[in-house]
Amino acid sequence: MSGEYIVFLFLSLVAVSSGTLMLISKKVMHMMVALIFTFISISGIYILLSAEFIAAVQVMVYSGAVAIIMIFGIMLTNHHDSSRNKAPLIRRLLVGISIILFSISMYVGISHLKISLAEVALHENNTEKIGIALFSDYVIPFEIASLVLLVALVGAIVIAKNDNVEGGNQ
Amino acid sequence: MENVPLQAYLLLALALFCIGMYGALTKKNSVIVLISIELMLNAANINLVAFSKYGVLPSINGQIFALFSIVIAAAQSAVGIAILIAAYRNKNTVNMNLFNKLKN
Repeated sequence: MSGEYIVFLFLSLVAVSSGTLMLISKKVMHMMVALIFTFISISGIYILLSAEFIAAVQVMVYSGAVAIIMIFGIMLTNHHDSSRNKAPLIRRLLVGISIILFSISMYVGISHLKISLAEVALHENNTEKIGIALFSDYVIPFEIASLVLLVALVGAIVIAKNDNVEGGNQ
Repeated sequence: MENVPLQAYLLLALALFCIGMYGALTKKNSVIVLISIELMLNAANINLVAFSKYGVLPSINGQIFALFSIVIAAAQSAVGIAILIAAYRNKNTVNMNLFNKLKN
């Protein structure tokens, strides 16, 4: 029982339990707090997998930006709806059964997986390696990603803009 | 000192993916559906980073793919929230089951 095991068990327990809390809690804001806990524990998992840069990006993008965007969405849309209207029981039952079957089949696949371990030192100069790979092998996907972000920015503004009011009280 | 095996990370990602899929298929509030989709994308990212360390050909490429996936997920959530706000302005609700017309 090494220290890595203990940290992994703790982080995965926090991730899965706060994910479950997100499913069963009644208020939307409680769901958001549970989701932020899940994101932060996933970033701890990334540190265990020797990906420090991705862990920092996870904290900044997911538990920072995406959570704030979702909270804005909640605040701008529903004021009193606390998701008390659930899906019908038959649908929840069917979805639950099919997800259990899916997870059992995936578990069978995972448990038969045999990959011989080859040690690589990903944790040494992690950010430098990512930068070198990003600007040598993956330059074109990097530029396309910047284009996608620009299009998403402009598209989000155009979609969310209120164009019913013409030059009136915005 | 032994490492945590690859299967443990894959099982964690499977659990998170199943939680996200259950939320995306049963919840009625569309913000919660978007959140569940983000959770499923995070599970996929865990798989990418785990295979980049413990996979058949361990290298930095898996982490690069996880970075691109994070970029796409952030853009997707921004556009999703914009669509949701536009739909809320038309329908005055966020219930997924009432978004059943393309044009009023």
